[in-house]
Amino acid sequence: MPTDTLFQPLAGAAPAATVQIRFNDRPLSVPAGITVAAALLLAGVQRFRASAVSGAPRAPYCMMGVCFECLVEIDGQPSRQACLVAVRDGMQVQTHDGVRSFDTAAAACPPMGAVHEA
Amino acid sequence: MKPETVDVAVIGAGPAGMSAAVAAAGAGASVVLLDEQAGPGGQIYRAITQTDARRLELLGPDYADGRALAAAFAASGARHEAGVAVWEVTRDRTVHGLRDGGVRSWQAQRVVLATGAMERPFPITGWTLPGVMTAGAAQILLKTAQAVPAGELVLAGCGPLLYLLGWQYLRAGVRIRAIIDTTDRADHRRALAHAGAALRGWRVMAKGLKLMLALRRAGVPFHTGATGLAIDGHERAEAVRFNAGGRAHRIDADVVLLHQGVVPNTQFSWSLRATHRWDEAQLCWTPQADAWGELDVPGIFVAGDGGGIGGALAAACQGRLAGLAAAQQLGRLDGAERDRRAAPARAELATQLAVRPFLDALYRPKLRVPADDVIVCRCEEVTAGQIRSHVALGCTGPNQAKSFGRCGMGPCQGRLCGLTVTEVIAEARGVSPAEVGYYRIRPPIKPITLGELAREAQ
Amino acid sequence: MTAGSDVLVIGGGLQGLSSALHLARRGCSVRLLEADYCGRHASGVNAGGVRTVDRHFAEVPLSVAARALWHAMPELVDQDVGFVPSGQLKLAETPEELEVLRQRVQALQAMGFFHEQLIAPAEVRELVPALTPRIAGAIWAKDDGYAYPYAVVMAFRRAGERRGVQVHEATPVQRIERRGNRWQVHAPGGPFEARHLVNTAGAWAGEIARQAGEPVPLEAGGLMLMVTPRIAHFINPVLGATGRALSFKQFANGTVVIGGGLRCTADAVAGHGEVDMLKLATSAQTVTDLFPHLGPIAINRAWAGVEGFMPDQIPVIGPSRTQPGLVHAFGFSAHGFELSPIVGQIVAELVLDGCSTLPIAPFAVDRFERPGGESALSSFPPVNQRP
Repeated sequence: MPTDTLFQPLAGAAPAATVQIRFNDRPLSVPAGITVAAALLLAGVQRFRASAVSGAPRAPYCMMGVCFECLVEIDGQPSRQACLVAVRDGMQVQTHDGVRSFDTAAAACPPMGAVHEA
Repeated sequence: MKPETVDVAVIGAGPAGMSAAVAAAGAGASVVLLDEQAGPGGQIYRAITQTDARRLELLGPDYADGRALAAAFAASGARHEAGVAVWEVTRDRTVHGLRDGGVRSWQAQRVVLATGAMERPFPITGWTLPGVMTAGAAQILLKTAQAVPAGELVLAGCGPLLYLLGWQYLRAGVRIRAIIDTTDRADHRRALAHAGAALRGWRVMAKGLKLMLALRRAGVPFHTGATGLAIDGHERAEAVRFNAGGRAHRIDADVVLLHQGVVPNTQFSWSLRATHRWDEAQLCWTPQADAWGELDVPGIFVAGDGGGIGGALAAACQGRLAGLAAAQQLGRLDGAERDRRAAPARAELATQLAVRPFLDALYRPKLRVPADDVIVCRCEEVTAGQIRSHVALGCTGPNQAKSFGRCGMGPCQGRLCGLTVTEVIAEARGVSPAEVGYYRIRPPIKPITLGELAREAQ
Repeated sequence: MTAGSDVLVIGGGLQGLSSALHLARRGCSVRLLEADYCGRHASGVNAGGVRTVDRHFAEVPLSVAARALWHAMPELVDQDVGFVPSGQLKLAETPEELEVLRQRVQALQAMGFFHEQLIAPAEVRELVPALTPRIAGAIWAKDDGYAYPYAVVMAFRRAGERRGVQVHEATPVQRIERRGNRWQVHAPGGPFEARHLVNTAGAWAGEIARQAGEPVPLEAGGLMLMVTPRIAHFINPVLGATGRALSFKQFANGTVVIGGGLRCTADAVAGHGEVDMLKLATSAQTVTDLFPHLGPIAINRAWAGVEGFMPDQIPVIGPSRTQPGLVHAFGFSAHGFELSPIVGQIVAELVLDGCSTLPIAPFAVDRFERPGGESALSSFPPVNQRP
């Protein structure tokens, strides 16, 4: 029976303060002061992105910023290393599959008349 | 924006970096220490200033040692610039970093590279699946987020960190399904042949044995002399296969933690075109440095695991030596005073490094040159077989391999494939890794966006 | 041509490999000497633009002839080289710049060349919907495109080897010497001999020319490029600009390569160009001005290649003026990639026929010694010679 989360809180750990973030448009309560990667793993996320080449599922590998597997969009900025960013109240985290789509970037930019996502 | 001038810029807040900062600042040099993380400690002492009594107890005395150094660093007068991703160090000792989307620059008289180590790549079938992580990653989750694996957990590979992690998990009440150890009897024999390290070697070995004994006594299944490791799964890790004890095994696993030693993080030293040599004992590249850690790029030092794996205590000694040397070169200390202050660190360093040949022989990583169908370059999904076919077409080295098939051209800039690519090409060509060479490393060492860079033009 | 080494080609970049191939196709026995590995420098690490647009007028006839070869690559090298006929645009951001482009197109048409077409902002937007609307117009060269440099290098090499070209890598040429009516070339594994010598030694060709008694003002310089990670496809044509340096293209694999004649220092001896990241900031600004969308996109890597530059920004192509049996083709000043298929043909013509079917007078090796010899045809208007 496969686990529904890869990581869980240490048994008997003192309950920490929490912050509220939005993950793929759903609200998520996560321990304050931890990285986005840790928060998502604790929340049961097992697939952070799809490989740009084959679409294979990828998730954090090194947790220290050298593997670049934990790339997610944070507050509109694409391809941030989730293991290097601490969660913040109100943060918006989006995973993106495959090659980065321009839809979200276009939404974050000033209006361009007839020009929009390709 | 004009760079801030400073006497000494230290890159990295692990034991080497903190020690270098303390030593240089203690001699009266102005020091800035730049680090990606929010708090000091590097990886080995990660979150040391934010931890609690429970975790200190859990993680053991070696981790707790970091507190004294962190305190000394805080009191040293060196400026700690946290959350800075350094993306370039030039040969002229200009340092460019990024924090919160803004570029910061420093012009230093001396630079100490203390970027430490990273886990050795572990190229086996299935190593790119979700649920497969390094032992170091698991430790970071424990240290920074009090998070432990859920589901079926397997530890695989070799080296003290693997047993340490297992022991820490045991004490934390985490159930370990199995520990798969690639160390075999030949490794033991070869290691014990290092007579020079026998004394200290015994102590280290005893420490490792104590950890393993605790694990065995707790009933954790141990498989030694393991070969043929592979991870099965479709969307995520599902099982680990291996051979041990004369038969094939398959163990269900949700989380697989891999470790076969650590290797120097040499991105900056390569980008500076410092001379590197292939270290056949440690099976990695190390930058050439003098007794104080100065590279053959004038004014730039390396200290800690980034110059060759020696462990945290050796790193602290090397940091001290580099910091003192930099201060002396800047006229803050005379040679005699520098040597006097350096003497204890030099002696301690010799002690720490004496055991390395023993450890390198005992925990020699086995899984370095994989079969054809194994992914070597994770970012671009290039397999060992594809690299071998490039060699057959005349590719002689890693830089050409980039042109043949994008190997090494992904976001990690070769960090997770570089050593493997060098060794796969070396084996295919029948030459030494030294002859094959390594990727040409260029800035930006850490990502910078077009928008962030564009702001520098304004 | 007799059997044995008829021709020695110095330099395994594209000019050398193209020359070797064309010579072999015409029946010569060819040996090529390369100091490192083929395509190690400019030929292998450039931005891949296959460009006729925005050329110095002297280069236009060669460039247009080369383009025809690009569109029929399998006939030349037996395989598809991955050339993508995406078209190339040279953007005008202001009415003043547009006027400059208008006059250029008129002058070209007066010369009988119609490969550059002036188009209005609406047509530009149709071609590149993602571009900022603040464009005054552009020159459109619809049959231009791009290719993957290293793949092209390998294709030319293999095609040559199939026709008997012997390629020697890790064979740096130390000295050339005339002996009777033959050349002797001193290099590891040599000395090598041949009736004819071809100097396609790129940024290092000046030394060969000097040894031949005709020094040239060739300068080894560095050029920088940067590349993004793979991103969703948003542009087909390759872009250049008028008022500022830009070379911009998105490859089929999604990566965007950004350049624009950005010079940096180069160590010719070490064969290394030193990236100046802050200088690339100007390129980054140009890109984000034109495509605000791209602000959040990371630069995955920057690199620098070593290239040979001539003071008038056009190459040396032609026979030696001091030595028989020596032909030069070097100094392509950051824009030799597209010309390489035709340069090889010209070199073969010079070696075998003593003259070329294409107009190469402006590229004479001794033009810097003759007053007024420098760039006999004007560059109109003064163009950014972008790669």
